[in-house]
Amino acid sequence: MGDTSLLRTPLYDLHVELGAKMVPFAGYDMPVQYPLGVLKEHLHTRTRAGLFDVSHMGQVRLRGASIDAVIQALEALVPGDIAALAPGRIRYTMFTNDEGGILDDLMVTRFEDHLYVVINAGCKVEDLAHLKAGLPADISIDYLGDDAGLLALQGPEAVSVMARLLPQAATMGFMSARSAMIDGIPVQISRSGYTGEDGYEISVGAADAEKLARLILAQDGVEAIGLGARDSLRLEAGLCLYGHDIDTTTNPVEAALTWTISKRRKTDGGFPGASVVQAQLAGGPARKRVGILPEGKAPAREHTEIQDLSGNRIGEITSGGFGPTAGGPVAMGYVDAGSAAVGTPVQLIVRGKALPAKVAAMPFAPHRYFKG
Amino acid sequence: MTIRFTKDHEWIKLDGGVATVGITDYAQNALGDVVFVEVPDAGKVLEQGKDAAVVESVKAASEIYAPVDGTVLEGNAALGDDPSLVNTAPEGDGWFFKMSIKDMAQFEALMDADAYKSFTEGL
Repeated sequence: MGDTSLLRTPLYDLHVELGAKMVPFAGYDMPVQYPLGVLKEHLHTRTRAGLFDVSHMGQVRLRGASIDAVIQALEALVPGDIAALAPGRIRYTMFTNDEGGILDDLMVTRFEDHLYVVINAGCKVEDLAHLKAGLPADISIDYLGDDAGLLALQGPEAVSVMARLLPQAATMGFMSARSAMIDGIPVQISRSGYTGEDGYEISVGAADAEKLARLILAQDGVEAIGLGARDSLRLEAGLCLYGHDIDTTTNPVEAALTWTISKRRKTDGGFPGASVVQAQLAGGPARKRVGILPEGKAPAREHTEIQDLSGNRIGEITSGGFGPTAGGPVAMGYVDAGSAAVGTPVQLIVRGKALPAKVAAMPFAPHRYFKG
Repeated sequence: MTIRFTKDHEWIKLDGGVATVGITDYAQNALGDVVFVEVPDAGKVLEQGKDAAVVESVKAASEIYAPVDGTVLEGNAALGDDPSLVNTAPEGDGWFFKMSIKDMAQFEALMDADAYKSFTEGL
């Protein structure tokens, strides 16, 4: 606690007051867990509602002469179908490089007159430089930086909690966003998240962030949840963590993110590395991101070697640990395409021992996104 | 019954020639929720300061070192069913293994309860 070289979010004082264990994360002093502990925080989010501080993520607004010009400009950097977004709709996509490698993953929201983009904390500097270099000069890049906080409320009770504060929240569609006022605080709220649960992400001015967080925490069913549980929740949900499950050495096809690329963009390309991605779509990738379910109780961590039953190296775990909802170890990683079918028996080399495991379908905890 | 502590936060309790080893309350608190423990099998020869067991919290794996030279007599099978015993009873039912001690001088040289208390207060 108290490392002054680290950045602080607008909720830093609140985290300390709540008794959070603070750790350095992507240059920020962030709460990894509260006194409840990671296990209970995880399960609380799955059964009730958890409030996360994700203010370390980067929020950017892109504006230009017209919204169409902004969409066209961003589509030159991402394989996602941004043009297909109706106003107030959100899409998950990624920045790719000329080899099809992933520079970062991001959420893009289309508003009437601009795009709103959320990027990873650890990639902010590079992403902003990438946007500046890759977008035409007349597209303005407004990085909200320390002026904005970002909260996430996740879990089956998120909707009832949020509806008490903002009745319209209850009917918002999954992956939609809108501006609103909560107790006099102007916010931008989206129905989205990173836990596999129904929930919301709320962008709020830095000056109001703590007031809003306290208001939400005061609601029945809400607990503050740290980055530790955020990681186990997203792992069970089968969601990628940048720098671990995806990076510049993996492309969207290998990463099993082909679903994020529409037919138009698959056909027309027009994003960095499109030819590599198109070739992999046609011929199939040499390796693939899959779920891995260890059969015993020992968790298999990141970088654990995956072997076939003959002892040949076929890949590596990229995220792994204990899944509190799954009630045992869960993992994901890359394996050779020939071993990627669900049910394929593999072995994991944990502390020199070969432990039995299987390629498994993800998610490990069923997604419970709002379906309308 | 005599108890000693290591700088790596293991405790070793000697009772009638059999020593029981676990991790301290300080250690379990630092580790957080324990979800898996790998204990050594009976007969395994242990060397002071070398790996003896593994404890995994939700987030990370940590090695548990042998506090002294000796031989494993029994691993705590109860931890297989309920690893959270390490959190709830670190210096009781959450013990890791029982061992024989090869060299009592090694045991005597470890910290006693007061010395360990001062040690953790300085961390």
